[in-house]
Amino acid sequence: MKKIALIALATLTLLAGLLLGAKMVQIKGSDTMVNLVQILAEEYMGKNPATPIAVLGGGSGTGITGLINQTCDIASTSRDWKPKEIDQAWDKGVTPRNFVVAVDGLSIIVNEKNPVEQLTIAQVGAMYRGEIKSWKAVSDFQKPVSLYGRQSNSGTYVFMQEFVLGNKNYSTDMKEMNGNAQIIEGVLQDEGAVGYVGVGYLFDETGHVRKGLKVVKISKEPGGTGYVPTDKAAVDSGDYPIARPLYMSTNGKPKGVAAEFLQWIVGPEGQAVVGREGFFTVGEGKYKAANDKNFK
Amino acid sequence: MRHKKWSDFKESAIRAFFFTCGILAVLVLIGVFLTLLATAIPAFREIKVGEFLLSTRWDPTSPEKAEYGLLAMIVSTLMVTAGALVLAVPIGIGVAAYLSDVAHWRAREILKPVVEILAGIPSVVVGFLGIVLFGPAIAKVFHIGNGLNALNGSLLLAIMALPTIISISEDSLNAVPRAYSEASLALGASRWQTLVRVKLPAGLSGIIAAVMLGMGRAIGETMTVLMVTGNARSFPHGLFDAVRTMTANIAIELGEVPYYTTHYYALFAIGLVLFVMTFAVNLVADVVLQKYQEREQ
Repeated sequence: MKKIALIALATLTLLAGLLLGAKMVQIKGSDTMVNLVQILAEEYMGKNPATPIAVLGGGSGTGITGLINQTCDIASTSRDWKPKEIDQAWDKGVTPRNFVVAVDGLSIIVNEKNPVEQLTIAQVGAMYRGEIKSWKAVSDFQKPVSLYGRQSNSGTYVFMQEFVLGNKNYSTDMKEMNGNAQIIEGVLQDEGAVGYVGVGYLFDETGHVRKGLKVVKISKEPGGTGYVPTDKAAVDSGDYPIARPLYMSTNGKPKGVAAEFLQWIVGPEGQAVVGREGFFTVGEGKYKAANDKNFK
Repeated sequence: MRHKKWSDFKESAIRAFFFTCGILAVLVLIGVFLTLLATAIPAFREIKVGEFLLSTRWDPTSPEKAEYGLLAMIVSTLMVTAGALVLAVPIGIGVAAYLSDVAHWRAREILKPVVEILAGIPSVVVGFLGIVLFGPAIAKVFHIGNGLNALNGSLLLAIMALPTIISISEDSLNAVPRAYSEASLALGASRWQTLVRVKLPAGLSGIIAAVMLGMGRAIGETMTVLMVTGNARSFPHGLFDAVRTMTANIAIELGEVPYYTTHYYALFAIGLVLFVMTFAVNLVADVVLQKYQEREQ
């Protein structure tokens, strides 16, 4: 009797697993976005308990590879697809569609003991290319520049390279860290450090910028007005120079649960979560228009 | 009569089973090597072997020009490993000698299990210690900006190699026949002289094996060094430089690499280089052991 009950139970669990597994939405990709997407998924599942969503990090490249090899339903990416990746997707019959779900301001951070207040995009680029090796070149700080960055599987690494380094090579002296949190740890300890992290990682539980960090003002031109990425108005207006859209990509037109989830994210409820997590919302401009087109 | 046949059959069945087990290890080794070779060779359709081994710049995702130079990583791996051995070998042999010859049996009863537990600590935990404990400490002691460097990696790898070196060295010291040390003491040698001039040389083969195994562990370790060495791709100029080892590079890049591209094959080529290095270490250890044992007999 006991045996039969056990077997029945095992079968039931297996069946339930299969049923749920069939509907399970797999999201893979950007480490910058993994916290945000996890929280979005949890909120959504709280309202729609029958739709399990699994969220994995690993970097934008990992997510894109996952979508191409069809091991996930949605890839979250913090950069555009490379032409090479799009070619590979088409070769495998995958037609990616990208939805902007949030906007991220990439922030340049230094140790609070560093007196520098403002840098131009060009100066940050020169530091990361290894052309400026001492803080003396940009301020009266007598320390060598100690570069902290992400690893090449990170969308932030690629975005920074395209956007700030002008598509040139990173200095090989850059310490390549495993994630945003590790870069922050490094900058907190290293007085000569400079690092780049997503704006959502700057704050502690109370919503203030973490103690020991300084967010540098960035200007487009030498002598121009500098802006910090924590200034929402500056990011929305495009005055803050290092901002980027965050994407979720699907294979072709999104269907079923994935489509409902994406609609919810770009809708008012999802965007409220996005704002609460320290990212900027999609807004009513060109990103919204592009999203609407992709849903059709 | 029938009973005899049955036991004969059982005997040969058991023999066949153990033979299969033995041959399986060999087959797996050959299989791994061939797979590695087959996946690594396509890399050299686009990369010159000389450039791969002798150029110092590795930047496969570069927007300017993809480069596949492994030398900086080979040197980094050797540097971190050598640093670890310099720390771990004297301490390891010292602890082994203490355990086998000096320690009170009660001290030994406590120390031996502790050393074995040390071997069981997951590498990611050791790496975490490196980030929160060793890193800041190194930065303070040496007045440098940060502790993410080769020295930190060496320290942690030394800790990870110690249990191997200690337990195998101690076993080999214990295996030295009692008659050796009794004869030495009877001739008027002190305990120190007996240990250093008689027991250590007599157990040398085991100690060399222990060091080689510790070295193998250090070369192959990935997670710990990935977490604490800073992973900068530049050619290392000293123990205070951030370095990237070959294992760390494979771990970092294999997750995102598009399959069946030159970059993908190049990562397997790194694996092949690692395989050849550890194979060479083991081979040298074997040859040394053989020579030593021949001379002993």
